[in-house]
Parts: sequence; C-alpha cells; structure tokens
Amino acid sequence: MYSITEVTKQYATKERGTIDALRGIDLDIADGELVSIQGPTGGGKSTLLQMLGGLDRPTSGFVVAFDRDLATLDDAELTTIRAQRIGFVFQHYNLIPVLNASENVEAAILPANSGGTITAEERRERAHAVLAKVGLADRATHRPAELSGGQQQRVAIARALVKEPEVLLADEPTGNLDEGMRDEIWEVIEGLWRDAGLTVVLVTHDSAIAQRTPRRLRIANGELSELG
Amino acid sequence: MFTTYLRRELGGRRRQTAIVAIGMAVAIALVVVVNAFAAGVRNAQSDVLESVYGIGTDITVTQAPEAGSGGPGGGRFDFGNGAGRSTGDGTTRLSRERLTTTRGSTTFSASKLTTITGVDGVSAAGGTLSLENSSFTGEIPDVSQMRQGGSPGSGGTAGGPSSFSVDRFTVTGLDPSSDALGPLTTMTVTKGKGLSTAAAKAKVAVVDSVYASENDLDVGDTVSVAGTKLTVIGIATSTSGTGVATDSDVYIPLRLAQSLSGETGKISTVYVKATSAGRVGSVADAITTALPALSVETQEDLASSVTGSLSSASDLASSLGKWLSIAVLAAAFGLAVLFTVSGVNRRTRELGTLKAIGWSRGRVVGQVAGESLVQALIGGALGAIIGLVAILGINLAGISLSAAKAVTGFGGSGGPFGGDGGPGGDAAPNGAARTTGSTIEQILHAPISPRIVLIALGVAVVGGLLAGAVGGWRAARLSPAEALRSIA
Repeated sequence: MYSITEVTKQYATKERGTIDALRGIDLDIADGELVSIQGPTGGGKSTLLQMLGGLDRPTSGFVVAFDRDLATLDDAELTTIRAQRIGFVFQHYNLIPVLNASENVEAAILPANSGGTITAEERRERAHAVLAKVGLADRATHRPAELSGGQQQRVAIARALVKEPEVLLADEPTGNLDEGMRDEIWEVIEGLWRDAGLTVVLVTHDSAIAQRTPRRLRIANGELSELG
Repeated sequence: MFTTYLRRELGGRRRQTAIVAIGMAVAIALVVVVNAFAAGVRNAQSDVLESVYGIGTDITVTQAPEAGSGGPGGGRFDFGNGAGRSTGDGTTRLSRERLTTTRGSTTFSASKLTTITGVDGVSAAGGTLSLENSSFTGEIPDVSQMRQGGSPGSGGTAGGPSSFSVDRFTVTGLDPSSDALGPLTTMTVTKGKGLSTAAAKAKVAVVDSVYASENDLDVGDTVSVAGTKLTVIGIATSTSGTGVATDSDVYIPLRLAQSLSGETGKISTVYVKATSAGRVGSVADAITTALPALSVETQEDLASSVTGSLSSASDLASSLGKWLSIAVLAAAFGLAVLFTVSGVNRRTRELGTLKAIGWSRGRVVGQVAGESLVQALIGGALGAIIGLVAILGINLAGISLSAAKAVTGFGGSGGPFGGDGGPGGDAAPNGAARTTGSTIEQILHAPISPRIVLIALGVAVVGGLLAGAVGGWRAARLSPAEALRSIA
C-alpha cells in the first residue's frame, strides 16, 4: 500500500528556526495491515500521518501510494485521492456542528460523487447503512452536540468509511474518550479491519490500544523505529 | 446538501446573520429611497422646465441685458401737453398704455433665428417676443387746488381726491407656425381656438385661463394691448394642471406683438431643438460661435436656473443622498466582509476537515460565498421592502416643492412714473439675480419601479459577492494540514 523512502519534513518557525519534524523516514505498509504509531508529543506522529493522507508534502523523499508518488501530485489530484481512497478519523471528531449525524456522513460522499451519479436519496440510504454498521442507526438525525464523545467518534468513523476507502488513517481516535468508550471504538476499528480488509494506520498515545495492533511503530524526534 | 448546509449554517449563527442582513437592509433601503427621491425630483424639475421653457426644447438663446440698464419696464409714461381729458370740476383724467419688452430681457434681430436654424444639428427653432403691457389710468385734481394742500396720489381732502391705478400683464408674441417648441407646447387651448398661421396679422389674442378668470375674460371679449383692442379667441390652460398659470398672461401673433411694441423685426428668445440629445452640447457651442453676443443655455443650464425648495431637494438628493448612500453601503459591505472573514477564521477546523475528507477548493469556496450571498440577498429583499414602504410614505405625505425661474437681471429704477421708483418698481440692485415669473408648486412623487427593486437586489448581490470573494479567498488559501495542525 505505502512505500515511503527517505522522507524528511522541515518547518520554518519564527521562534525556533527550522524544525526537523521527520528525518529520513523509510517505511513500507502492506495492503490490509493494521499499524499503530506511538511516540511523544511533537515527535512527528501526526506529520507522518498527514504525509500518508496526502494532506501535506514532504520536504524531500518519496511517498508512494496507490502506485503514485503523493509528493509530486498537485492539490487537485491529492484532493481526488483523499475523496475516494482515504478515510480520516480525528482525535476531536471534527464533525460539522450544524449538520446531523446522517448529513455529516453524507458530506463525505459528495466529493466522491463528482459525476452526480448518486442521488440524494441513495446518499441518505448509504449514510444510514454505515451509521447502522457503527451502531448509530437511531441517532441519524441527532446533531453532534446531542451525542456523547464515543457516539461522535462513531459518526466520524462512519464518515470515513462511507466512501469505501482503501486506507483508514486515525489520529488519536480514542484520545478524548474514557476507558469504556475507548474499548468500544477500538472494537469498531478492529472489526472493520478484520471484516473489510482495510489498511489501518493508527496514531496513538495509548499503549493499551497500541499493544492490540499486530505491528507497532514508534516515532520520536522525527525518527521511526519498529517496536514489534 | 449545499442548501441544507447553507441553511443550517446561517440559522446556526442567527445573530451574525441578522446583523449583516440588517446592515445590508438599511443600506439598500437608503439606496432605494435616494434613487426614487432623486427620480421624483428629476421628474418634478423636468415638469417645471417644460412648463417654463416648453417641451422638447434643448437650448434657449437670449440676449443678455447690459449692466446698469434699467430695462424698458423701468421707463416712464409721458403725458404731453393736452394729454388727458378734463371734467367739469377741473379734474384731469389720464389714461396711457404701453407695450415694452419684459424686464430683464433684451430683444435682438429676428434674422438671427435664420442663422440659428442654419446651424448643423439644429432640428427646429422658433422665436418669441416677451413683452409687458403697462397701463396707467387716473384722475388728477385741479392743479390750483393742489397747490393749496393736495398732493398727487395722496388722496388728500383739500382740492378733492385724486386716484390712479397701474395695471400690468405679460404678453408673448409667438409664431403660430412653430408650435412644436416654446410656450405653445406647455399649454392647451381649452376654450375657443388657438393662434393660427392664417391669423398671423389679425388683432386676436389667446388668454391664460388663470388671468382670464382673475379678469373675468372669456372668448369673444376684448383685451387692450398697447391701446389696441384685441379679440379673445381662445383660453389656454397650462399642461401642468388646472390653476397653474402659463408662462404669459396673453399670447398674440408675433408680427402683431412686434408692431404694437415698436420692436419690428425683433425677438427676445429663440427655442432650439437639436437633432439628437447627444448633439445638444455641440449645437450650443456652434450657436455661441456663430452668435457670440447672444446667451446660449442648454437644459442643464436651465435646470440650474430653477430656484426654490425643488432646487434644494435636488441638491439634497444629488449630494447628501448620494454620499450618505455610498457611506452606508461601504459600511454595510465592510460589515459583511468582516463577519464573513471572521466566520472563516472561526471555522478553520471545519473547513480544514472538509478539505481533508476530499472537498475541493471550489466546493469549499462556493459554500462560503453562497452563505454570504444569501445573507446579503436577505438584507437586499428586506431593504427593498423597507425602501418601498418609505417611498410610499413620501408619496402619501404629499411633499410640496416650489420652483421659480431665476433670471439674471440688471436692476433698473423706477416704475411707471420713472425716477424714484413709484408703483410697480420692483427693481433689484445692479447685477443681482432676481426671481421673476410665477412660482410653480410641484407635489413630489417618488416613482416606484421594478428598476429600483432590481437595483436594490443588484447592490445586495454585489455586496454578497464581495464578502463571499474575500471569505472564499481566505478559505481557498487554507491548507488542510495547517488547519488540522492549528487545533492539535
């Protein structure tokens, strides 16, 4: 799925000058793998995830995915890849507050439906079906403020899955949840990985979650290492 | 989805939406009212100009009076030896009547009309002669009795009473054949018949309806002009409405007017129509070049010669109204831009997330711009309604505007008696402008037209697009990685 070679990322800051967020990262992730990335805050976890998701470009190196080097694609091409092949889950859920659960999920279908082949009714049905899959069939018309943290994260997962992506990138998906909800979300993600054969990359602080993944990576000070 | 998101977003921030919409509504309402008010004033001005100068007239040509000249109106009645008729008690009855050019106007050769007609771009031209008929009638007691204590005009008891009266009315001599220009276009003959080319030399007159009513005149009666009895063949009413006086009290054939006033071959005003509105300026310049001694005025110049509250209203609409509208519009647009940009900043996470899940730059910009546009359109619609109600209020209030034609005259001295200014001597200081002619009252009617509503909505769209463009530009520049990092 991913072949990352010699990737570096530098940020220029006024206070601290140039920061090396990633220092010559090499990484291969196979199709259908479930990988966790741990590490201290500011170590480069989220930066690496953004490279994998085509949200940012490396300063140097290659990020090959879907048979293309994401580092060389323009904004429109990256947008298309994100719209069709990559699903994102964020720590703070990042749901649109004025839209209900179903509409939040539908928002992810829109860009994947640029040809207009999916009708509004079909879009709604697909959103409801995915919400049912994450156990929120009865919360489709609820707005984010009316849902618990765990429920909001399930809506976010449903939004990531509704376009049937090949990769799911999750940035601290359980970071804002208590222990009970954390396990609940983990079970949803693990179930999707097993059942749908998704490639999942999980950034987490939580060792309990990381230890449940088949492959564990650690990134600190911009350098990557395998934990097992 | 676009509509749902837009509706929910605007509904979710009602206070901000209301502030922007109200700001826009106030600005739009002001634009609507100022536009309608200005159109109403323009129409009123046009009506006034038409009633004073005639419909279809683009240019008027006159001869400016020379500074310091008293004008014919300031002359004196001459009573030679043997003038008057003595009665049995020694009182002398006097009666004199004369026809002179109107105060403030000067005559010039009618041959200049031919010159003007020959100027390139002149479609039609007609000449008139503005005159004033003054009559003096009175009784003067025996001079020997006056020396014992009476004084002329004092009505003193010694030597018997004396009395006299001075009567004036305006007379316009016009060419019946040029009825498409000048005074004839501002009136209709409501009784009898008008002047015709066939009656060019006949001793006939058409009398203004207001003057006829005041002097109990009707068709078939006679009116004395310069001591000559003219038969009233028609009563004319102003096209501005019943009760509104036309520009002159009595209208007679031009040749007759020239003959009676001793101004043979002379005229005082030429009314000119250009072949097209776009050529008015060049025609005026050409006439000025051909006849440098004459004063040439276009409709624009004429508009500035209208004084009174109508003129003030026009100034108000064109200066204060315009700048106030621009200022309020700028404030409303600024408010809309400010709130839109602030909204984009507040929604950095939201817009960054949408980009991360695959929303294209165009879709994100369209969403932000659409919200601004709808917000502005709500304000525009509200503003149009408020503006239309305000216009209705203005029309129902029946605001009356007065207008008078100001002409630059040169003060003379003296009335019929000459010298020190007796009765009728309404002289102004040398070189000062004064107002002559009747004041015209116009009820302001601000027109309500679809054009005004379209202007309102158009301005709202421009405001919405401006705010949307600025907000959209900021949203477009938003990097999803930075947007997500900023909240990490």
